[in-house]
Amino acid sequence: MSEKVLMKGNEAIAEAAILAGCRHYFGYPITPQTEIAAYMAKKMPKIGGTFLQAESEIAAINMVYGVSSAGKRVMTSSSSPGVSLKGEGLSYLAGSDLPALIVNVQRGGPGLGGIQPSQSDYFQSTRGGGHGDYHMIVLAPSSVQEMAELTVKGFELADTYRMTSMILADGTMGQMMEPVSLDFDIKPQIEKPWATTGTKMEREHNIVNSLSLVPEELEMLNFKRYERYAEIEKNECMYEEYKCDDADIILVAFGIAARVSKNAVDAARAQGIKAGLIRPITLWPFPKAPFEKAVEHAKAFISVELSMGQMIEDVKLASSCKLPVYLCNRVGGMIPDPEMVFAKIKEIANGGAN
Amino acid sequence: MNYKRLTILCGHYGSGKTNIAVNMAFDLKNKYEKVSVADLDIVNPYFRTKDSEKDFEERGIKLICSQFASSNVDLPSMPTELYSITDEKDTHFVLDIGGDDRGALALGRLSDMIKSENDYEMLMVINKFRPLTPDADSTIEVMREIECACKIPFTGIINNSNLGEETTAQDVINSFEYAQEVSKKSKLPIVLTTVKHNIYEELIGKAENLLPLHLQSKLV
Repeated sequence: MSEKVLMKGNEAIAEAAILAGCRHYFGYPITPQTEIAAYMAKKMPKIGGTFLQAESEIAAINMVYGVSSAGKRVMTSSSSPGVSLKGEGLSYLAGSDLPALIVNVQRGGPGLGGIQPSQSDYFQSTRGGGHGDYHMIVLAPSSVQEMAELTVKGFELADTYRMTSMILADGTMGQMMEPVSLDFDIKPQIEKPWATTGTKMEREHNIVNSLSLVPEELEMLNFKRYERYAEIEKNECMYEEYKCDDADIILVAFGIAARVSKNAVDAARAQGIKAGLIRPITLWPFPKAPFEKAVEHAKAFISVELSMGQMIEDVKLASSCKLPVYLCNRVGGMIPDPEMVFAKIKEIANGGAN
Repeated sequence: MNYKRLTILCGHYGSGKTNIAVNMAFDLKNKYEKVSVADLDIVNPYFRTKDSEKDFEERGIKLICSQFASSNVDLPSMPTELYSITDEKDTHFVLDIGGDDRGALALGRLSDMIKSENDYEMLMVINKFRPLTPDADSTIEVMREIECACKIPFTGIINNSNLGEETTAQDVINSFEYAQEVSKKSKLPIVLTTVKHNIYEELIGKAENLLPLHLQSKLV
């Protein structure tokens, strides 16, 4: 009903962030996510917001820390090498229980790598990225519409649980253009009584800090944080199941790999092979429910990834290694095509895989 | 449309310049012997005319672009044969310029020569469905920024309003009022309405100067 606009994935993230009430963006340009910064540079000054191109990714993430301490919605975005630079700041945000949205539009790695799409920052994102015991909520969109919707969701979850959310996209998702409806529900922002907004002589000082020199206290902080993580694992898992009900072979894929995999499932079904797809939308928390269901009837999983096999470990854990899990992958900026994935399905259906 | 020797395509980022450049070059080749496409995009390393290199070769259209276009080398650079645009007076060119004022900056270095030869159309590609140019005023703001950057005033407008693969004939019709307002406020004619080839037939008679587009696309 509402009018659609034609957007790049990167632009959809930027616009959705603004709609979600984010008025502070700090970043440093890197392909393939530069459109986020470019969009913010155009739009923020017109709506009384702040766009600031920092001198580095490290500076940008520390600016995020500052604004978040003051209780405002804030974000930064980068691509793989730039996110590595932000690692220290991500850990400090976690240690200070600060909400923020981080966007990683992944490119091929390791090192400077290339500028074509990749999903090889899965470990880095789902295991935290920086030092210390912590998690980020990791959201994996697989359409431009979801780039927008999960951005809003990311801010809401971050505020609710006082932690960072990450949009884990890839170069394809960032660059592709699709029609988007921006007419979605945005909840009012919650109060942040912990924010450093000035006491007005009416309350005790709020302190935002990740330094904790008393080991007993630091241990308690970690325990408390992990109680919150357990809540999130219980309440916030998101996933999509596609033709899983009677499936023998179930593909597991997120982001661009899920789009490819859907085509492969349809191709397999057309030839009478019962294939299905589990698409995790939250990569942390990783959704276990669909796997617990699938192991009851399926014969094998295939993890389809743009990495050397990272999510495959979570697939094995979620299914308690009850079924064989195979890998179908391309790396370095290459994308598996539906034919390649279909060939893998056929190979396993015919019992030929090892 | 009646082509001048140089057809320059500028516009907002993602408005569809490259697709139009490719299709326009094919159209030009039906009318003229020597046709070249010059890709002067210094902003975007993806979605370049270079992706259509084979189609150009088959048709005998020459492509002038940075040797780093569509490669993994993310380097803003100009083609080595840049000055053939103004030197080879027997060739018709389509100039595909990078998006926004940042992209148009690259054209500035040729502006004196282009203006003194005075055989060009400087066309603004517009798309009502792009989020930063939804109305006439925001579109004209981008036009003025581009003109300031490249120092060549626009001579016409191409209405390329679309929603990508999903575009319907009705979407195009819904953009007419917007395009006319841009035209009125900028005092420039709408020289082309470009539409996806599968809705071209439906729109014949409804818009003047229709050009069907075959989309170049390299993604799943």
